[in-house]
Amino acid sequence: MNSHSIVMLRRNFKHIARNPTSVFNAVLMPIVVMLMFVYMFGDAFNVGVDYVDYATPGLMLLAVCYGLGATATAVNSDMTKGIINRFKVMDVSRGAVLTGHVIASVLTNLVAIAALLGVAFLLGFRPAAGFLGWLGAFGVVVLLGVATGWLTVALGLAAKSPETAGLASVPLVMLPFFSSAIVPAEKMGPGLRQFAEYQPFTPIIETLRGLLAGSPATGDVLAALAWSLGIAVVGYVWASSTFKKRA
Amino acid sequence: MTEPAITASGLRKTYQDKVVLDGIDFDVPAGTVFSLLGPNGAGKTTTVNVLTTLTRADGGTVRVAGHDVGREAKAVRAAIGVTGQFAAVDELLTGQENLQLMVDLAGGGNRLVGELLDRFDLTEAARKPASTYSGGMRRKLDLAMTLVGRPRIVFLDEPTTGLDPRSRRTMWAIVRDLVADGVTIFLTTQYLEEADQLADRIAVLDHGHIVAQGTPDELKRRIPGTHVRLRFTTAAELGAAARILPGSTPDEDALTLRVPGDGGTKSLRSLLDRLDEYSVNAEELSVHTPDLDDVFLALTEGAAK
Repeated sequence: MNSHSIVMLRRNFKHIARNPTSVFNAVLMPIVVMLMFVYMFGDAFNVGVDYVDYATPGLMLLAVCYGLGATATAVNSDMTKGIINRFKVMDVSRGAVLTGHVIASVLTNLVAIAALLGVAFLLGFRPAAGFLGWLGAFGVVVLLGVATGWLTVALGLAAKSPETAGLASVPLVMLPFFSSAIVPAEKMGPGLRQFAEYQPFTPIIETLRGLLAGSPATGDVLAALAWSLGIAVVGYVWASSTFKKRA
Repeated sequence: MTEPAITASGLRKTYQDKVVLDGIDFDVPAGTVFSLLGPNGAGKTTTVNVLTTLTRADGGTVRVAGHDVGREAKAVRAAIGVTGQFAAVDELLTGQENLQLMVDLAGGGNRLVGELLDRFDLTEAARKPASTYSGGMRRKLDLAMTLVGRPRIVFLDEPTTGLDPRSRRTMWAIVRDLVADGVTIFLTTQYLEEADQLADRIAVLDHGHIVAQGTPDELKRRIPGTHVRLRFTTAAELGAAARILPGSTPDEDALTLRVPGDGGTKSLRSLLDRLDEYSVNAEELSVHTPDLDDVFLALTEGAAK
């Protein structure tokens, strides 16, 4: 990393520290959702294992998604307020400006997931995974964070205002609810079930679930990697071209 | 002779099928203030974006600080500073942190931060977040941030839009100080007074064309001279007055009559006597010497029709 990237990253961290709403959304909301589902509805779902063991991997993905709204809004406000133009005229590279946002987004994700896992353990989460399983899960989460982070940066750059940028990230926050995060896809009604089975987040969640249970399925892992890389490439290319074109 | 700080010739820019800039030419000699004047949507910001390497032109050549903006963007960027239309300050950072950010990116030493805070009278507010600043303070901080790289050419895109009169005057004083240091200023504005106060040369931009260019005095000379304007309450009175005052031009919509004259007491008295003689009463009388507003309206109205 060159010095510009470090300066940019430091700026992004200061933003996170001074914007409590974004911290609330990214760190506390997933925990609230976890308490709600595990405490209130947990006994009502029959998923074959302890519900907290079932739900935690899905909620980890949810925690990544909840952080994205703040990233989209932050990137857009840099764009629409002319701050990105200022950096461009100062010859700060695209890499430094945008990568700073992506890294800050991923680190927020990791903090949120660490907090979520802490609560999960208190609620009785007992994963069977060994060191390699945890390492794999960490890798999946970082890859997912980078992929959705680039996509969100692109959304933020392209949106007309911070409000629309926040709205544009809503589908990413909603998508986990229509996946196998909360209940298994096979328990859903027709239509929704097929959607849940084939949307990108389901194989990613199943991979996390498999890794943490100590028995990942190769098919899920490959699908998860393919989706993550695909989203990352689309997001990166879209973000880069928007950064170059929009003044 | 030294090369001008900025030259544009045949500059064209089209967005989809909308022509925003339709062949623009101008030169800005080093160390002078050039003002691009025009209504909203005339193409001022697009011009600034092209000159500052943010947007690529579709045609024409632009050289800034001796470098081509398309091929040598890096060299151009090293010589310029830009203050955009909206104060581009980081609202979550304090004034001091905003300046420090610029120093970290552009160099210049940490002492510069304190110097700029002092110079722009922001020392007291330096540790408060920029989100708490007034519009005038934000603008000052924005300009201070632009000056961190010690640019020789500064672009100011509508620097005083939305500011109160006092802050506007402060901005003007700052611009004059920069000029005194030998900095070249490219200024866009909607305010004629601003261009009149600051600019050595003015170009009037309307619908992507430069409709007039010259010194403020040259532009003022382009429209007819001093006149008296009379305002009436009824069209009948206006008509009566127009009949008894030869050479006058009535404006039926505004109920005003424009009477050529030098504005001296003698010609005014004879004008009033004549109105009195025919028992015509004017609601209001004002003496007008041409200002840039007249030039501007005359020039941009013509193009709008």
